[in-house]
Amino acid sequence: MSAYPHGPPDSQEPLDILENPPGSRGPQVGADEWVARQAGRREYLPSWLGTTQRQFERIGFWPKLAIVGLAAAVLPAVGLGGFQLQVGIDTLVIVLLALGLNIVVGWAGQLDLGYVAFFGFGAYAFALLSSAQIGAHGIHLPAYLSVPLVLIGAAALGLLVGWPSRRLVGDYLAIVTLFFGEAFVEFTNNVAPSVLGGPNGITGIDPIRGFGLQLNSNTGYYYLLVILVVLTMAVLRRLDTSRTGRAWRAVREDPLAAESMTIPVNRVKLMAFAFGAVVAALAGTVFAAQQISVFPTDFDTPVLILIYAALVLGGAGSIAGAATGALVVMIIYDGLLRNGNYAGYLFYGLILLTLLVKLRPWRRLAAVLAATAALGFAAHAVARAISASAVAGGPHSTGWVGAALRDWVIVPANAQTAGNWGYVLLVCLLIALVQVSSRWRTILLPPTLCLASFVWETKLSVEPAITRQLLIGAILIVMMNARPYGLLGTRRVETPI
Amino acid sequence: MAFFFQELVNGITAGALYALVALGFTMVYGVLKLLNFAHGDLYMIGAYIGFFVIQWFGGPSRLTIPVPLLLVIMFVLAAGLVGGLGVAMERFAYRPLRNAPRIAPLITAIGVSFFLENSAQLLFGAQYRVYNTSEFISLSSGIQIGSVTIDSVQIMVLVLSLLLMVGLQVLVNRTRLGRMMRAVAVDREAAEMLGINVNFVIAATFFLGSALAGVAGVMGGLLFNTVYPTIGFIAGLKAFTASVVGGIGSIPGAMLGGLLIGVAESFITGYVSSTYTNLLVFGLLIAVMLIRPSGLFGRAQLQKV
Repeated sequence: MSAYPHGPPDSQEPLDILENPPGSRGPQVGADEWVARQAGRREYLPSWLGTTQRQFERIGFWPKLAIVGLAAAVLPAVGLGGFQLQVGIDTLVIVLLALGLNIVVGWAGQLDLGYVAFFGFGAYAFALLSSAQIGAHGIHLPAYLSVPLVLIGAAALGLLVGWPSRRLVGDYLAIVTLFFGEAFVEFTNNVAPSVLGGPNGITGIDPIRGFGLQLNSNTGYYYLLVILVVLTMAVLRRLDTSRTGRAWRAVREDPLAAESMTIPVNRVKLMAFAFGAVVAALAGTVFAAQQISVFPTDFDTPVLILIYAALVLGGAGSIAGAATGALVVMIIYDGLLRNGNYAGYLFYGLILLTLLVKLRPWRRLAAVLAATAALGFAAHAVARAISASAVAGGPHSTGWVGAALRDWVIVPANAQTAGNWGYVLLVCLLIALVQVSSRWRTILLPPTLCLASFVWETKLSVEPAITRQLLIGAILIVMMNARPYGLLGTRRVETPI
Repeated sequence: MAFFFQELVNGITAGALYALVALGFTMVYGVLKLLNFAHGDLYMIGAYIGFFVIQWFGGPSRLTIPVPLLLVIMFVLAAGLVGGLGVAMERFAYRPLRNAPRIAPLITAIGVSFFLENSAQLLFGAQYRVYNTSEFISLSSGIQIGSVTIDSVQIMVLVLSLLLMVGLQVLVNRTRLGRMMRAVAVDREAAEMLGINVNFVIAATFFLGSALAGVAGVMGGLLFNTVYPTIGFIAGLKAFTASVVGGIGSIPGAMLGGLLIGVAESFITGYVSSTYTNLLVFGLLIAVMLIRPSGLFGRAQLQKV
């Protein structure tokens, strides 16, 4: 019999924190105390990580936003330029899009698969209003006229597309919106080629200008986007904590219950669609002005999937989650995977990191790593003994990664077919790894790691454009299965009522 | 008038193809209430399997085995491999999410679709692959009624899809497995309580549906001649439209919806313009969803509280 039948006394401490969630400042008008307390019951990381997490949460939203905004603004001054600046701009556009999608999907819980069409609408509408496309000389509106016009149009379009959500729920709404998105791509591709340009798109779009100012450099667009993202986040934060924000979440959790609590469900859903559309169109205007051209393929399904991957990775339903997810996805997708060297570091680094975090105890980790290394060298030696051409290819990675792998990974001179089979086998092995017991997993890991390296050197690093798309697909599958609440999202702990 | 009937024949042939893909889609929706966005990509994989079988036996112009045997191998291999892929997909990606919120399996399905499409791009390359059907099946040996021709590939597609549809109807309505499938579709938990192995039934449904998509892929290759990694997406959207127009979850609905979409598409291409085909088909789908969301054959479901 233990001296403490209900556990040692220090286990009471985390419970205390659960009872008084961080950031709660006593009773507030319009906020139910019980609800606030229940919302605070959530899972934290173990040990000191959890303590840091709680400390971090005490900082509150506004100081964090200010710090992040300042940090982003300082980046060009400390040497972000050229290619990196372009990546930064693309990233901020995706951050804006993820923030907008978060309103519809994360807060209001309406699965909108046509979201990218609003982005496209914003870009195309801005392009038409500020280029030589319409009329003899074209319309060249200054930005302070064209952008508001585009945003009003986008809000109307959002209401129109959201209209079916009054009757259709769940899957059916997903179908209608998906086809709306596809119809947009078909429309821009085929209808009125003299105005919309067909597959050749619209080129020669004016930069953002007005009040005697004109944005000509990428640095200017970067700063504009930083300002827009910070402003959007601030507005969304205010929305999130307002009556409307609470209504959205109520509709997401249970529309029927929300309706019986006198929430105007249909109007609230439509509002979510309109707000999401406006944010997407805003991103579209800046995108069009910065790119100087728009094409139908810029707004096709892969972009939609990219935005979803960003939102899902960070955690749907939170502003910080959407923004962080977009940041991570874009830095990997756009920044690292374009450069062969960085991609190699990322690939091997991620594998090592996953092993370090997931493999316990240390003995097992050491055994797996040693076995992997031994297996690779042994296989390489055997292959070289059989035929010199079997290892003639050499790793595709360069730099010290390539040097380290030279005698470890087998790359035949003509690796296409072998790489293909290796890829298929690798996918099968990965599926098997998830399904088998822990003992078999340890045994299967070394060959899987060797095979992964082989496939990376022969196939994946050779085709970076396809690899990054594969990665996005894999992120969606793995995240939904392993952590549906995202990297930063927090899992609610179910409490018996 | 001959033009009208020729377009009708072409439309029915393409429609039979869409119906086969739509059937698998609607079956999966029936038992799992899951919109399997990756279904169209199974069609694409089937088409590639057919292409590689032709290459394996010497290529279209120098076949080493008789054509009927080649066709049998193509169809059986495509059905088996794609069916297996469907089962693996269910086991790995969808089964862990069976009790998750509805949005999770949907997003996973998008991910699976994207993954399959890009895997095909990685493995087979982005270039167009050509079946060259006319080099080993003589297209002129068809039926000629007046000025309307039904060529031999079209006849084969029509007959085979008719057989498969009848077979599927018999399987669902007359066999033990079909009864179990219908039971799971009505209420999964109750079916489990009555001793039905739900996991097996769902896996079997995925196998059948995916196999149909694989067979349709080979047919599509023979009929339309070209294969590339993104054909699955458009085929998936068409099948999607077909099953939604027919009433999602209803097997006769998927068949009729497929034919309807095929014929509508063929007439739009023939009488209006091929540029607007997809746009009008998508518009048709949105209209059906708005006016009659349960489709032509579906029943409106009451929401239980």
